Amino acid sequence: MRLAGQAKKASTQNESVGAIVSFVGLVRDVNDGDTVNTLTLEHYPEMTEKALAAIENEAKTRWDIIDSLIIHRVGTLKPQDQIVLVVVTSAHRGEAFKACEFIMDYLKTSAPFWKKEATNQGEHWVEAKLTDEAAKARWKQ
Amino acid sequence: MNIKILYFARIKEAVNYSTEEITLPNDVSTVTALKNYLSLRGDVWADLFNGKQVVRAAINHELVDNLASIKSGDEVAFFPPVTGG
Repeated sequence: MRLAGQAKKASTQNESVGAIVSFVGLVRDVNDGDTVNTLTLEHYPEMTEKALAAIENEAKTRWDIIDSLIIHRVGTLKPQDQIVLVVVTSAHRGEAFKACEFIMDYLKTSAPFWKKEATNQGEHWVEAKLTDEAAKARWKQ
Repeated sequence: MNIKILYFARIKEAVNYSTEEITLPNDVSTVTALKNYLSLRGDVWADLFNGKQVVRAAINHELVDNLASIKSGDEVAFFPPVTGG
């Protein structure tokens, strides 16, 4: 199933859902000036499950959301392939918007995934970005 | 004590294996001590674990800092800052 199809599915079980916010991340064709041929994602399976569950639980303690779903792909992807889906449902839109952004910001800095790009200049591991840490820091209370 | 160590991403490629079971001396009981111990294995290891590179650690699948204690039977993982999403 295309990742976006999951968003529709998430709304079908609970009649108190008044808002569904979803985010889909795609592989870009150019990163830091280099043309990306493929992007390969490695992860730490046992830790990934725990880390994603912890991020969802934290979102549920901070906002009044009904449910959430995270799907993250691993392995080799091409430009425009979908990497990640986050879906959040809530009664009202504000909570779902905030929780969805929070989950993505934490996922990018706390979940054990690593990207390796294959470009015309060769293969290299993608470096972590300070801007991602700054995005996460916004949520500190 | 005996522990399992896992390596990921560029660290795995640099040391050229992904997992090992290792018996540690009794005084190697924190993440920092383990990094120092591994850095004695040679140049590649020293470059990774002498503190100049950012190497994150997890114990039993939880992210930890350098002061965290290691117990017998733990699964310790070393990896670079994450880049998912």
